[in-house]
Amino acid sequence: MLNINNLQASIEDKQILKGLNLQVNPGEVHAIMGPNGSGKGTLASVLAGRPEYEVTAGEVTFDGKDLLELAPEERAAEGLFLAFQYPVEIPGVSNINFLKTAISEIRKYRELPQLNAKEFLNLVKEKQALVEFDAKLTNRSLNEGFSGGEKKRNEIFQLAMLQPKLAILDETDSGLDIDALKIVANGVNQLRSPDNAFVLITHYQRLLEYIVPDFVHVLYNGKIVRSGTKELALELEEKGYDWIKENVSA
Amino acid sequence: MSSEKELLEELAAEEYKYGFTTDIEMDVAPKGLTEDTIRFISAKKNEPEWLLEWRLKAFRYFMEMGIPTWQNFKHPEVNFQNMSYYAAPKAKPKLNSMDEVDPELLDTFNKLGIPLDEQKVLAGVVAVDAVFDSVSVKTTFQKKLKEQGVIFCSFGEAVQEHPDLVKKYLGTVVPSTDNVYAALNAAVFSDGSFVYIPKGVRCPMELSTYFRINAANTGQFERTLIIADDKSYVSYLEGCTAPMRDENQMHAAVVELIAMEDAEIKYSTVQNWYPGDKDGNGGIYNFVTKRGICKGDRSKISWTQVETGSAITWKYPGVILKGNNSVGEFYSVALTRNHQVADTGTKMIHLGKNTRSRIISKGISAGVSQNSYRGLVKIAKGADNARNFTQCDSMLIGDKCGAHTFPYIETKNNSAMLEHEATTSKIGEDQVFYLNQRGIDSEQAVGLIINGYAKEVLNQLPMEFAVEAQKLLAISLEGSVG
Repeated sequence: MLNINNLQASIEDKQILKGLNLQVNPGEVHAIMGPNGSGKGTLASVLAGRPEYEVTAGEVTFDGKDLLELAPEERAAEGLFLAFQYPVEIPGVSNINFLKTAISEIRKYRELPQLNAKEFLNLVKEKQALVEFDAKLTNRSLNEGFSGGEKKRNEIFQLAMLQPKLAILDETDSGLDIDALKIVANGVNQLRSPDNAFVLITHYQRLLEYIVPDFVHVLYNGKIVRSGTKELALELEEKGYDWIKENVSA
Repeated sequence: MSSEKELLEELAAEEYKYGFTTDIEMDVAPKGLTEDTIRFISAKKNEPEWLLEWRLKAFRYFMEMGIPTWQNFKHPEVNFQNMSYYAAPKAKPKLNSMDEVDPELLDTFNKLGIPLDEQKVLAGVVAVDAVFDSVSVKTTFQKKLKEQGVIFCSFGEAVQEHPDLVKKYLGTVVPSTDNVYAALNAAVFSDGSFVYIPKGVRCPMELSTYFRINAANTGQFERTLIIADDKSYVSYLEGCTAPMRDENQMHAAVVELIAMEDAEIKYSTVQNWYPGDKDGNGGIYNFVTKRGICKGDRSKISWTQVETGSAITWKYPGVILKGNNSVGEFYSVALTRNHQVADTGTKMIHLGKNTRSRIISKGISAGVSQNSYRGLVKIAKGADNARNFTQCDSMLIGDKCGAHTFPYIETKNNSAMLEHEATTSKIGEDQVFYLNQRGIDSEQAVGLIINGYAKEVLNQLPMEFAVEAQKLLAISLEGSVG
């Protein structure tokens, strides 16, 4: 589904990704871990198409298409979803109106018939329940005045609504207390299917207790330096990132 | 990234959609402004002597008054002698049905999307009085309104048919000596709309006027007078467009609203006059005086304006709160881009006891435009327990535009309570990207963000116009973010 080959990217002429390789197949959950500044956030931003980042080398294909050639909204419509680390607030734009616009645009892109109001509202109800999202928040302005936890949960609600092929969760666990973390993880687990895939970007092993990954990768200094199964995360937790750093420089 | 920028630039240059001209034989007054011009207009309109005298008096004031200097823009040099003050489609016998209206003219209105065609209108809820350059072309729905005793007609017609009402109220809210452009309007106004809602009547439909400046080198000087008698209600909407022309054109209108006891007037404007090209050439000077008086106790006047057009917009729709417990409201969205200038706001004059006013102003500036809010809240000595709430927000798009706020407060009564809130924000690239990531392109993203920002004001507009205004805001900003 997602093929990343020798990806190199920089921001303001500072190279962050230095030849990253990754392959994600349908049905898989990948966790990408790494110390601060290793390039985790950059990877998420580059895949989503954030304009500040410049790709200097490498290829990324998504379902056979050249992802890097697509505009951010086209990537979204192709089925790539990014759960933001810091979701923005947009005053006056209701969550529901925003979702309606998003779904309508994505369906237009895929040449699918538009949902009528009833179908749309049924979908909202269903997904709201699935990810335990407070119905009151659905009608509020997008993230405006939401707590940190509410914003993260809204990301998962949007994920449920948009049903992407590939979801990248950028530090979704940061700033969540244990109850919120469980709800978020539970939502993600509900949404897992043989047809979609997840990339979890996280600093801590904690999230992986609730969402069990098929693969764990360690990102360091712009490259994936180690890959393994979920045991790698535990080892990492135990030995700390310094262990990786020493290994790499050795 | 560069391709996105190119796209945005392309969109920014999008042309003004209403910029067509209509080729109709016009009856145009010779250029220039003298007492003879005024006599010419008055004679054309077959006006009574008192009205001619009123005009001439205003003209003499006008000649003595200078152009003010307090505004936050350089007043353009206007040669009042190089303009024509009257332009009307030629040979206009009284029209009895739509069939008699010049097809070219109907075509123009169709292009503008005005449901002038009566058959279409019958399905709708809007009565339209269309002012084309200086004369009112056709007022739809008059019959239905007549049954309720509502008078909705062109100003010219009102002078002929309801001279007593006109004479009683004309110039009572905006005196002909109020300011230089009010004086000019009083001297040369050629038409406009007149509304009278009788006691206890809730006007059964939205009343609407559509203005269009078509002829070159003419000014549009229309005058609107709305009287809502005791316990009555009316909602009135005006929309405006003009063709693209290289030279600037003047629009100096006057609107007077009078609300009697327990009456309510809601006046909404969607102004989309030609703003000039992207280098600042051409465009309308929109110098308008709008004021209402809450004459009776418990009366209410509410102004809502969405201003996206004109090279310069200069107006302060205000309310004189004379009746006790009366309420004045002002809701405004002013959007400027390219070289546009807006210096707009309101005046709330509290005279009666327990009077309340509310001001919500949302400025949006893009390009190299300058957008100013200027507001006056005045509490007179006898206005016990007056209340005002003012909120003025500014949004900046890009770093070459300006947003300015000039709030003035004068209070002579210690029991007054006034609140003022102000914010300034920018459309964040983060916000746009967030929406992009959900499948929404930048153009729509900006539209969503702006409409969210202006929501409090747009919510005040009648439903069908709110939709129109939302689109207008989104379109006006296309390509302004990059």
